Amino acid sequence: MTVTGRPAVARVLQATGVVKRFGGLTAVGGVDFHVGEKEIVGLIGPNGAGKTTFFNCLTGLEVPDEGAITYRDKALPGRPHAVTKAGLARTFQNIRLFPDMTALENVLVGRHCRTRSGVFEAVTRLGRFRREERESLERAEELLQFVGLPKSGDWLARNLPYGDQRRLEVARALATDPGLLLLDEPTAGMNPHETAGVMALVRRVREQGLPVVVIEHDMRFIFGLCDRVVVLVQGKVLTEGAPADVQANPAVVEAYLGKPA
Amino acid sequence: MRNWRAALDRRTARLPWRRATGPSWLQIAAVVVVVALVLAVTVVGLAIEESSSFVAFLATVFVAVTVIQLSGIGRWVAETFKNHSRIAAVAGVAAAFAFPFTQGGSGYWVRVFASVGVFAVAALGLNVVVGLAGLLDLGYVAFFGVGAYTGALLGGAALSPVRLQLPFLAVVLIGAAVAAGVGVIIGAPTLRLRGDYLAIVTLGFGEIFRITVNNWTGLTRGPNGVAGIPDLAAGPFDFGERHELFGVSLAGFTNYYFLEIVLVLVAILVFTRMDESRVGRAWVAIREDETAAEAMGINTTRLKLLAFAIGAAMAGVAGTVNAHVTSQVSPDSYTFIESILLVAAVVLGGMGTVPGALLGSTLLFVIPEKLRAFQQSRLLLFGIALILIMRFRPQGLIPSRRRTRELRQDDPAEGDAMGSPPSAPVTPTASSG
Repeated sequence: MTVTGRPAVARVLQATGVVKRFGGLTAVGGVDFHVGEKEIVGLIGPNGAGKTTFFNCLTGLEVPDEGAITYRDKALPGRPHAVTKAGLARTFQNIRLFPDMTALENVLVGRHCRTRSGVFEAVTRLGRFRREERESLERAEELLQFVGLPKSGDWLARNLPYGDQRRLEVARALATDPGLLLLDEPTAGMNPHETAGVMALVRRVREQGLPVVVIEHDMRFIFGLCDRVVVLVQGKVLTEGAPADVQANPAVVEAYLGKPA
Repeated sequence: MRNWRAALDRRTARLPWRRATGPSWLQIAAVVVVVALVLAVTVVGLAIEESSSFVAFLATVFVAVTVIQLSGIGRWVAETFKNHSRIAAVAGVAAAFAFPFTQGGSGYWVRVFASVGVFAVAALGLNVVVGLAGLLDLGYVAFFGVGAYTGALLGGAALSPVRLQLPFLAVVLIGAAVAAGVGVIIGAPTLRLRGDYLAIVTLGFGEIFRITVNNWTGLTRGPNGVAGIPDLAAGPFDFGERHELFGVSLAGFTNYYFLEIVLVLVAILVFTRMDESRVGRAWVAIREDETAAEAMGINTTRLKLLAFAIGAAMAGVAGTVNAHVTSQVSPDSYTFIESILLVAAVVLGGMGTVPGALLGSTLLFVIPEKLRAFQQSRLLLFGIALILIMRFRPQGLIPSRRRTRELRQDDPAEGDAMGSPPSAPVTPTASSG
């Protein structure tokens, strides 16, 4: 990554001892987590393990009670929009597109934090406004193409088929020019061949040099895709390692299925 | 009801006006004819004196419009207007300018429409706040009032405690700036709230404004209001006097009416250009899903404040002009009901659209003028109208571009024609899981 002029950092994201409590419930109980360059990290665990809460802590939607999170050696800002601007983009477990906007407009919203023109430029249509609009539009169309929705730009997001809505969410997240992509259950509710499509998409994202963290329940997806898997159980890291090691770990099987009688 | 619509659509699909768009000269002619027709119908309607005849007239217009819609001509006209939007805009403005010449020197309706213009500018401002950013502001009239009082105090009112008369343009700009400032002051603490809570708090601030104005007698002369606001003058041109144009003697209010047309045009330009920009998209995103908008890098607090400030500034401009039109301001013009009427105009016409805000303000001003007999039950009738709109046409009389698209794609005939967008390539072996 020295090509970009940035000093080489081994760790894109580093979270240390992250704790998040809701009243008496400790949803995330001291999680250490890191992501390296060009890495696809899987975050798995039974329902209620705290995966999404941990994601929310990373992206500023929740403020962790304890712990430190740094992104490329800088502490992350406290508000979600600032986190996104810093370079973390995410999708949501239950799709959160802007339903009454077109697919293209959804992606254009992602360009917001990388453009600057305000009301004055919008009303006067000065040079910068035209240039930024053109560039945003080109980028948005490119991204729709990239996720496999080249002809859906004019569709309202709410009218897109379910699988395409998931893809559109990825395109919208990529439009923010992120340095790290966080996907929260990107294949939930998909059939096997749609899942395969998303798998290919995530691989192509990584080929662009972007590290990815993905929460999933689909084990074939996780073990077929990830370089490293972190298992979260009841808010704590149970184990982490290469997919094959995690898969073979009896503690992981036990966490999901219970102790054999 | 949708299915019934779709069936009717299929039946009418073979009618000539549904199949052919026609040559462009025909389309342009159609646009001009439609605009002229609207002007003619308006003039005829306004000339009707009796309330009962006017109700009959309204019913006839309603039936005619419904028939035109169902026959498919309505869609053709809408398409034609979209294809020739510039010509339509020019024709519309020309019709608006032509209106006073149809009044035979009487200033009554011109005066009403000058008020409609003021109201429309404010409604467009409210449309930024409610229609685009989705923030229900029930105290919006306070910003209108701030503008009006600024206009009265700095515009040289005879009874103004501030002995000052600034040029009109300066007063308008100051009015806009003061209103925007008040918008930011009110917005900063309240915009943390969402939905109903925001509505309640803004309602409270609207009342605070009215009560403050009522009691701050040193500045606002309290319940007496500030009277004797002079007519505008541009050099030797006095807005209050009769002028002759093209051989027709026009009542004094016509000058304000023309000024209002210009202001409405500016407001439309500002609104549409903001709507189709980075900022407008961010507002709509906030309306759709605030959390997702924030997660996509939009500073929601800042953009909501911006929407509040811009909406307030537009109301401020409308208010300063209105102070000169009405020649006096008093606290009882800025009651909660006025806020509600503004919201009603926006909702009735169609949220987030320009024609919607214009139509809504026109209806809410003109119909009560005509139906004096129902003065007592005016608000009740508005309430019923709003409920009916919510039930049968929730997108408003003139739905927004986005809403139209949504309804079109629900239409099965068109959905099939477009085909579903391609998804991942299908491999026969993968489908068995």
